[in-house]
Amino acid sequence: MACQCGNEEQNREEFLAPLRELLEDYESKEKYLIPILQDAQEEYGYLPKDVLREISGFLNLSFSQVYGVATFYSQFHLEPRGENIIRVCMGTACHVRGGEKILEKIKDELGIEDGGTTDDLHFTLESVACIGACGLAPVIMVNDDTHGRLTPEQVPEIIEEYK
Amino acid sequence: MTITLTIDDQEVEVKEDATILEAAKKVGIDIPTLCYHPDLTEFGSCRVCVVENEESGDLLASCVTPVSDGMEISTNSAKARTARRTNLELLLANHPNECLTCDQNGMCELQDAAYNLGVTEVSFSGETTDYEVDDVGPSLKREPSKCILCGRCVRVCEEVQGVSALEFTERGFDSVVTTAFDMPQSEINCANCGQCATVCPTGAITEKSCVSKVWGALENEDKHVIVQTAPSIQATVGEEFGMEEGSIVTEKLAAALDKLGFDKIFSTDFAADLTIMEEGNEFIKRFQGDKHLPHITSCCPGWVKFCEHNYPDLIENLSSAKSPMSMFSAIAKSYYVEEMDLDEDELYVVGVMPCTAKKFEMNRDELIETGSETDAVITTRELVRMIKEVGLDFANLEGREYDDMMGTSTGAANIFGTTGGVAEASLRTVKEKLTGESLGRLNLGFEGINEAEIEIGDETVNVAIANGLSNAAEILDEVREGNSKYDFIEVMACPYGCVGGGGQPVPATDERKQKRGEGLKNMDGAKTIRKSHENPEILKLYDEFLGEPLGGESHHLLHTRYKERERN
Repeated sequence: MACQCGNEEQNREEFLAPLRELLEDYESKEKYLIPILQDAQEEYGYLPKDVLREISGFLNLSFSQVYGVATFYSQFHLEPRGENIIRVCMGTACHVRGGEKILEKIKDELGIEDGGTTDDLHFTLESVACIGACGLAPVIMVNDDTHGRLTPEQVPEIIEEYK
Repeated sequence: MTITLTIDDQEVEVKEDATILEAAKKVGIDIPTLCYHPDLTEFGSCRVCVVENEESGDLLASCVTPVSDGMEISTNSAKARTARRTNLELLLANHPNECLTCDQNGMCELQDAAYNLGVTEVSFSGETTDYEVDDVGPSLKREPSKCILCGRCVRVCEEVQGVSALEFTERGFDSVVTTAFDMPQSEINCANCGQCATVCPTGAITEKSCVSKVWGALENEDKHVIVQTAPSIQATVGEEFGMEEGSIVTEKLAAALDKLGFDKIFSTDFAADLTIMEEGNEFIKRFQGDKHLPHITSCCPGWVKFCEHNYPDLIENLSSAKSPMSMFSAIAKSYYVEEMDLDEDELYVVGVMPCTAKKFEMNRDELIETGSETDAVITTRELVRMIKEVGLDFANLEGREYDDMMGTSTGAANIFGTTGGVAEASLRTVKEKLTGESLGRLNLGFEGINEAEIEIGDETVNVAIANGLSNAAEILDEVREGNSKYDFIEVMACPYGCVGGGGQPVPATDERKQKRGEGLKNMDGAKTIRKSHENPEILKLYDEFLGEPLGGESHHLLHTRYKERERN
């Protein structure tokens, strides 16, 4: 088989091009690490290894230091995430009004666990502490949309909307 | 300004920026510590050093709390003692209880703390962490399950070495000190210097042991096993047998190795003289031709790897001379084999090194390709274990000389084991060769960056010595920017040089390293032959075997190359 190194290098460059572009807005200063991580995650949907390595080179930090920050904050994700993020509220009000059942139903529908992502990268499921809409309990958010006063029966319909 | 406070009813006057821990030390009170290390920034994470403020009843972490005027502290109140023990028990609740078989058994600060604080049982139980052991690489072994998150390794790697190979990752109960994406430490930009291992208070980071490999060779009747000991070993190994720090135990060391069963006892110091012959001449050539200056030393394998990762553009400034260890092995596998009429695969060369990075150097492709590699490297700590295993009373051993052919060394070689030594030894030979005049003592310090100006004929050689890799980086950044005045730069990855190496007895402190370094300097002062080019065995080697320094045979056997490495 012919050597693929050239292609690999080219693919890597193409992959990193959006990152390089967003880095143009920043100076190489340690204090910009978190904003850069946020922008990069916005761009890629998660923080791939090569992206973190590139950021560490740009900021003159070690790869481990960048990884340490990225793993400290729960807002950062090192694995690919679904196109749609479903957040299921587990706060007190939702708990009392059956939030757990909603979560179970979504797990069944999508065939993934809490924190998981579907194989087709369409959905990521997360339970969260409270999304601050107790009056609508039990409540979930899909991306920026709120769906309240839910029953498990309504779940398939909601998921269908985002397919 | 000074202030006065009371500790355990004793008045003590200290500087206003002192901590309670430092003030207590002044009146002879030794508060237990774990995350604290005298040579690193304060951290205050383990809470094993808490003391009671008698006025408020508050418990204060003495290592990070500054003193204040009129403060009344009790270090041994029931409340303070109970809190210290509880805090330690909490650490132990998530620490594997396998002390008897741990690499650090007998030299573990956590074990000592448990004993000193009277911990007889661990009252807490709960979830424990279980991480994979990283022993993929040749130099270091990392067991995060034994880590107590004191952060000493993280601090030494960042503050002293400027590498930050290890970092706190994740958070809360999931916190773990590791590399990016848990990559093996050997696959990242770690220099393998082992400073992390020398400051780790537990067995979470140790050297990757070669002891059983060496025993295997010694027990193999078909092998002719020779050993070389690095210059610094003679100044440190005695410590582990109750001898004064900095005691020079050259002859006892040779006797112990003899009793362990090595066929010949040789010294890396001999090869250090050989390195000077090659590197000194290489420098002269560069200096006179004004080519690839500054000349940068390459005998420290931690430094070389750091350079390959971070300053690949300066690789051509590195001396091409192999390190003393690798020169020794190359000569052993050519000259010695010939002289002794041995088969090539009969010879087995063991290095006793102060250094974990030497285990990496041993496995470098460039050396293995030419069949001139060292077969096994053990650290000072591993040698100590072997000596203890056979029950030798080291301190009372009757000494013996090193063996002839590759066992004679000069004062110049002895100081290779401490910072500034390589530069001083090289320039002794360089100056004398160029002008016929002797070089006076340079008296360089052990810390930070040291400079010297040396007059050689009408010219001045500007010398810089960097201790620790972050200091090296400072000098190299200047070189890279073209602002450096230096002609000759010596870099030692470990502060104080090899006496402070990653394989030396622990716990390591600057105070201890200073004494070891002074021991070697005194040794040099007392030697009759103090210049490498006057070592009779070296002269004989060139005369009978190698020819001229930098000549065909020398170049083939004693020089090597380096390569750019990823900056992971």
